[in-house]
Amino acid sequence: MATADAAVHSERKAGGTYAGGLWSWITTVDHKRIGILYFLSGLFFFLVGGLEALLIRLQLMVPENSLLSAEVYNQLFTMHGLTMVLFAVMPMAAGAFNYIVPLQIGARDVAFPRLNAFSYWLFLFGALLLNASFFLGGAPDAGWFAYANLTSSQFSPGHGMDFYVLGLALAGTASIVAALNFIVTIINLRAPGLTFMRLPLFTWMTLVVSFLIILAFPPFTIGTIFLLFDRMFGTLFFEPSGGGDPVLWQHLFWIFGHPEVYILILPAFGIISDVIPTFSKKPLFGYPVVVYSGILIGFLGFGVWAHHMFSVGLGPIANSAFSGLTMLIAIPTGVKIFNWIATMWGGSIRFRAPMLFSIGLVAMFTIGGLSGVMHASAPADLQQTDTYFVVAHFHYVLFGGTIFGLFAGIYYWFPKVTGRFLGERLATAHFWLFFIGMNLTFFPMHFAGLHGMPRRTFTYPAGLGFEGYNLASTVGAVTTLLAVLLFLLNFLRSLRSEATAGANPWEASTLEWATSSPPPVHNFDVTPEVTSRDPLWHDGIAFPAVREEFHMPNPSYWPLVVAGGILMAAAGALVGLPVALLGVAVALAGIYGWSFEPIH
Amino acid sequence: MTDGRPRVPGHRRILMFAALAIASVVAACGGDFPQSSLRPQSDVAREIDSLFRGIFWWAMAVLVVVEGALIVAIIRFRERPGAPKPRPVHGHTLLEIGWTLAPAIILIFIGVPTMITLWRIDRPPERSEVRVEVVGHQWWWEFNYPDLGITTANELHVPVGKTVDLRLRSADVIHSFWFPRVAGKRDLVPGRVNQLWFTPDSVGVYPGQCAEFCGTSHALMAMRLHVEAEEDFERWAEQQLREAVEIEEAGDPLVSVGRDLFFGAGGCISCHQIRGTVAAGVLGPDLTHVGGRETIAAGVLENTLDNLAFWINEPHEVKPGNLMLDMGLTDEQARQVAAYLLSLE
Amino acid sequence: MERTSTGVPNEKMLMWAFIGSECMLFGSLIATYLAYRGRSIVGPYEEELLNIPFITVTTFVLLMSSLMMVLALSAVQRGDPRSKLFLLLTALLGLVFLAGQVFEFNHFVHEGLVLGQNLFSGTFFLTTGFHGAHVTVGVIWLLTLWAMAMRGRLGPEKSLKVEVAGLYWHFVDVVWIVLFTVIYLMSGASGA
Repeated sequence: MATADAAVHSERKAGGTYAGGLWSWITTVDHKRIGILYFLSGLFFFLVGGLEALLIRLQLMVPENSLLSAEVYNQLFTMHGLTMVLFAVMPMAAGAFNYIVPLQIGARDVAFPRLNAFSYWLFLFGALLLNASFFLGGAPDAGWFAYANLTSSQFSPGHGMDFYVLGLALAGTASIVAALNFIVTIINLRAPGLTFMRLPLFTWMTLVVSFLIILAFPPFTIGTIFLLFDRMFGTLFFEPSGGGDPVLWQHLFWIFGHPEVYILILPAFGIISDVIPTFSKKPLFGYPVVVYSGILIGFLGFGVWAHHMFSVGLGPIANSAFSGLTMLIAIPTGVKIFNWIATMWGGSIRFRAPMLFSIGLVAMFTIGGLSGVMHASAPADLQQTDTYFVVAHFHYVLFGGTIFGLFAGIYYWFPKVTGRFLGERLATAHFWLFFIGMNLTFFPMHFAGLHGMPRRTFTYPAGLGFEGYNLASTVGAVTTLLAVLLFLLNFLRSLRSEATAGANPWEASTLEWATSSPPPVHNFDVTPEVTSRDPLWHDGIAFPAVREEFHMPNPSYWPLVVAGGILMAAAGALVGLPVALLGVAVALAGIYGWSFEPIH
Repeated sequence: MTDGRPRVPGHRRILMFAALAIASVVAACGGDFPQSSLRPQSDVAREIDSLFRGIFWWAMAVLVVVEGALIVAIIRFRERPGAPKPRPVHGHTLLEIGWTLAPAIILIFIGVPTMITLWRIDRPPERSEVRVEVVGHQWWWEFNYPDLGITTANELHVPVGKTVDLRLRSADVIHSFWFPRVAGKRDLVPGRVNQLWFTPDSVGVYPGQCAEFCGTSHALMAMRLHVEAEEDFERWAEQQLREAVEIEEAGDPLVSVGRDLFFGAGGCISCHQIRGTVAAGVLGPDLTHVGGRETIAAGVLENTLDNLAFWINEPHEVKPGNLMLDMGLTDEQARQVAAYLLSLE
Repeated sequence: MERTSTGVPNEKMLMWAFIGSECMLFGSLIATYLAYRGRSIVGPYEEELLNIPFITVTTFVLLMSSLMMVLALSAVQRGDPRSKLFLLLTALLGLVFLAGQVFEFNHFVHEGLVLGQNLFSGTFFLTTGFHGAHVTVGVIWLLTLWAMAMRGRLGPEKSLKVEVAGLYWHFVDVVWIVLFTVIYLMSGASGA
């Protein structure tokens, strides 16, 4: 079997710096580089999803508009949802998990570096496959939740839904594989003395999210396999004429879909739980409770899925149970808000960009959380579900919550990754425009929804009172676009600014700030020993005099080969059996090559 | 280090937020919102509305307290030059218990009315006086009154003050029946029969829409609810029961030519029914009394000669993706068929 | 073995976490099977087709393969040369089980139970098919380990590889016990 030549292809040159060149990026197994790849890919798809949103808003700016046809609009809102959730937010969060978590736990890399690279490539191929559908006959157009039986081959002829199943199969598998890696990493690779209750909150939330991913994605995988078989092989899983029940899809989807929204928000909660103490110069208030509430949210998140199905007619017993449990989950979620405010209280707050976005998250998530409580009441929800009121709710928690949190992380950790700061004036302008734009876009939607505007409608008639709200939302969307442009300008400019950030420019307390900015390939010259939470604030870190023996993993092309084989196999489902079989063969060969390649 | 720090944002943010909120609230209360869930006109809708308002005020209270605390914190505890390092506070058990219990108690005040309303509106009424079977189609609504023997489409007539009992089915994919002024939504799921009821309390015409994405023209699957006085309802029902009645316009050539086209070269009878004639198609809406309807194409167009002719001739311009075929009629022929249909009141 | 915070090797922890995920996978399949039981509109139905005596035998074969797996691991850990035999037997018994599945599927298809025939066909073939795919992956894995052992490359220092494979194999076996119970024993069939 061919093996990678360790001496020639080592990423580590003398002094711990990186080899350059495209090939080194393609074969990288370094968590920091993989983190950068995830982040940049996520940022790219964030722009794609944003463009889709802008087009949607332009179409809805006035009633009975004909900027976009119904067919195009339906593809756009479907892909906007899929892209933002799976190809923008999750990868940007994965970028942070990858870069930061090993540093925060004092490790040199994740437990399985090649598996890590594999999950990146598989995610990328899934995202590309799904987006290729735009050019290959049309993107899926049944919404991101793709309810059966609209998605059957009878009612969705064409290949859009096939791309949905295949693209998401790849992306979902990638997420599961990455999450498995992080579970082992966080549990097993912590520096000596770093007990669980000394872990930074961001690492804790990464652990909870990883468990959610490995448990929530499989039901969705099964649902999509049922859909694939119904469409391609005539099975009857969702076919009413054969006794199948379309509602089964909804159950399988939402058993995944609800934990998925916690997968989306918990990383942001983790980020601001690290940022707020840093910029308040005070430790996190109630650290154990913030940890336990995160775990509890993860747990309870599996018990509330049918609150997305209150209008399906499941009956009063089911509806009351899910309604009650949904209200219950508001408690651990709300408690965190109080913990963050209490952290700021009595502190000495510096309003740098990471802190602005963190405060924004607290403010916006409170609003989104409260509209969520309104949804939790099943009878009230019968007027709210499937309207713009829901669209308002989830954009407040996803945009005002997750996106703001991710940007807090970006501004916080950019100096660690690049050794430079993002420009503060542009950052502040970005924050304010984003804040105004986001509220202007989504606040009016609460009213449009309550006044009777259903969601997923390519147009609306004049005379129902929706005009003003929609116009305001569109203006807000354009404002948000301006904010994003400011960020991009700042980002590109700052990459070339002077590298003035030292190891710990924010005077933070966690381990990633105990090494240089950027860190060397091997992260820490000597693995630290930890004796307290917030080690850098309490002198709770010691570097032993003697460096332990270690080997950094060699780069490898096998992860890319296996991911490529799987992509081929998926494409084969659309193109033909020979391609599918070739893909399987390539993947198998890749797995063998991988297994027999020495890692050190 | 780079760049100066931004100024305190606190009070500016309050003002901006308040301005936005006030503007929105003003917009919400004023103006005409015919499809609004906040203007209930039935027992069920009023119960839901009242429940919602209760929850809303609790939410407002929490919002003011939380955002207020946040704003106070960021103003009062902003970094001041020369200030001492803040005291590290790791927690406060009593406070934390308090702010866990407080939301829990508020949730009880929200949860109990929720359960009461839920069980009340989710249980069949003791008496139902008007039974309607609703069948959802891509992208129109079929309404049958089994007790009265009436079949119609897209326009639902009910008498005021009587309990309407709806059985909801679908002919194809999942739809959702929604007249916000009289009830919450209920889905139409192929393979099962759902139930919905309400007792409307005010005469009027209320718009409604499909509320579950059902394909290309989901946005164009609207309907109208006519709540009328008892006598008016009975008159409408009688009219519906009669077989196709043409208003004989003295020798209007359009109508008779249109009739011939409808039953002949137009091919309409393969999909549409006109009771009392040979037209017995069931793929499309029943047209027996289509002339008497206020709107056509499921609430999308006002029912006028021009609109109806346009709809007949260019169905895919009006409703992309719909099953109505382009029957290859000329504009003139479409007007003739439309004239015939308009005569069927 | 490299140092880990818990003392549990990374590979073993990975396999356990993976098994947790797989429980949700098979759980969804089983839940669907149960939800759709008895709701097929047309036949052939499960009572007519399921042959419990036959599948009891193949189940026994799979259980025996798990026994072989235990013996294989123990042998590798001791450096016992019979490890090759036990690994091979594990894989072969797995293959026999798969042959039984193929035979059964074939028979069902001949009786008119094609994939899209009814709800039973869809749920049955996909649930047992998924399981069979997992067994197949396991067989390939075991044969690879056997080949390594044959080349003298599977000494006691590599026993972790066998242990992890064993975890996977035993999991697949446990899933089968659940499937056997839910699909076969809990059906109305008696076997013909």
